Amino acid sequence: MIWNEKIECASRDFMNEIQSERLIATVKRVYHNIPYYRKKMQEKGLTPDDIKSVADLSKLPFTTKTDLRDSYPFGSFTVPMSEIVRIHASSGTTGRPTVVGYTRNDISMWSENVTRALCMAGVHQNDMVQIAYGYGLFTGGLGLHYGTENLGASVIPISGGNTKKQIQLMQDFGSTVLCCTPSYALYIAEALEEMNISPDSLKLRVGIFGAEPWSENMRKEIEAKLHIKAIDIYGLSEIVGPGVSCECEEQAGMHVNEDHFIPEIINPETLEPVAPGEVGELVFSTITKEGIPLLRYRTRDLTRLIYDKCKCGRTLVRMEKCKGRSDDMLIIRGVNVFPSQIESILLEMSETEPHYLLIIDREGTLDTLKVQVEVQEQFFSDEIKELQNLTKKIKHNLESTLGISVTVQLVEPKTIERTAGKAKRVIDNRQI
Amino acid sequence: MIIKQLSVFLENKSGRLNEVSGLLAEAGINMSAFSIADTSDFGILRVIVSDPERALAILREKQFSASLTEVVCLICPNEPGALARALDILSNEGIQIEYMYAFSIEKSANIIIRPANVQKCINALNMHQMELMKASDLYKL
Ligand SMILES: [Zn+2]
Repeated sequence: MIWNEKIECASRDFMNEIQSERLIATVKRVYHNIPYYRKKMQEKGLTPDDIKSVADLSKLPFTTKTDLRDSYPFGSFTVPMSEIVRIHASSGTTGRPTVVGYTRNDISMWSENVTRALCMAGVHQNDMVQIAYGYGLFTGGLGLHYGTENLGASVIPISGGNTKKQIQLMQDFGSTVLCCTPSYALYIAEALEEMNISPDSLKLRVGIFGAEPWSENMRKEIEAKLHIKAIDIYGLSEIVGPGVSCECEEQAGMHVNEDHFIPEIINPETLEPVAPGEVGELVFSTITKEGIPLLRYRTRDLTRLIYDKCKCGRTLVRMEKCKGRSDDMLIIRGVNVFPSQIESILLEMSETEPHYLLIIDREGTLDTLKVQVEVQEQFFSDEIKELQNLTKKIKHNLESTLGISVTVQLVEPKTIERTAGKAKRVIDNRQI
Repeated sequence: MIIKQLSVFLENKSGRLNEVSGLLAEAGINMSAFSIADTSDFGILRVIVSDPERALAILREKQFSASLTEVVCLICPNEPGALARALDILSNEGIQIEYMYAFSIEKSANIIIRPANVQKCINALNMHQMELMKASDLYKL
């Protein structure tokens, strides 16, 4: 089923019209209400009158995660707090989280987008939807929850974890749809194998997976193990949460709800738009959001856009599965980790030099992070216990900041490969 | 009486010890005693060489983490109970030992001791007429 056929199957001209009208209104609103946007536009010599259609989008200034973080907690909210009905925050580990606020209209706009996404995935009113995304500050759980209710399907708001219970409810309630991270889906699949439960004894039909990068191979594995169709859903809390885009049953790219979020692809170096169909950094402008409207928000995700009509009948532009990041952010067990954080922790410790290598592996379904640190002369001791204490201290400092467990390994100086004077910081062995 | 021992950090991977001994041999530096302390991840080579300062410079130049550590070398008569007697003395005098290892030459057993406080250890052993090897003698071995 197509939830909103008028929009999802609109002609390009009609979509441009909607986008232009909403963009013009948004630019006017932020220019007049938010000193920060006004300043940014004035610096570029822009007034709202310069934005006459969606074609003028690329004239506008960018916003970044740093802009949001600098206004922690509520500085980016553009409506009085009395109009904010919900607050979410990102799970980032770089200092302060990114906080987002939703008005009542934002929540219903978000629900509409998630409902469209569920329909794209082939979910209908008679489905029993088990939501195993975390509920809470993270947008995954509540985002899918409201969209499912809006569709009229039945929600099982079980949240993440407690795998035995997840499986028990799948059996007892006859869940037909599973929503969670792809790695958790694999974890559940392995638990089923261990418990000798055949996926055919369950009614699961569709899985809607997101919140972390995953590969086509992982999709094949999940589909083979759970006997379901695995659908990729995309979103980020800054834009709205899950449901910014989602695959349809064709599994040929994620349809972007572009009447609310206009996507662009830019070259992350030059910041210029790339040629149509080229890979670059994904940038979104929200054109209906009230709580925190964002103009040209840089997602740092690398992908490309496909404007051809999809076999499913929708004309909404599709984005390919993300191919990586334009910054160095890593997602390890759902937590955002920046190598630069690790560097600053090591720099703060007088005993260490910031020569390190991050090695990320996937053991079974669990990501592991190993940090190799070069043993420099100034902190080399010929006593084992001293070096072990140092290892423990580094481990403790890293873990308390990153929030995930870390293995620390001391290595000989200059063994970490340096390319053109710069060390290669990350080896990601996960097959994503 | 203070001996300078060369200590080298080694990752637990094959060939690293060969590399160290090769570098020293090339420079004509002799090794008279050594031990390796290891964990599952790394090891520490502790070695008595004929020219500690030069050995240190050579290894550092080759990017090894190395240092010189002060140790003493106790000469024990090669007879039952000799080591126990020496250890009793140290323990009674409150000398804390970080690590030790032994090597023997002809009739005597020599024990390299790394005490927490080197001078205190030398004083205690001297007081009890225990024989310590001179650095110049040990380096010549
Ligand atoms: Zn489609």
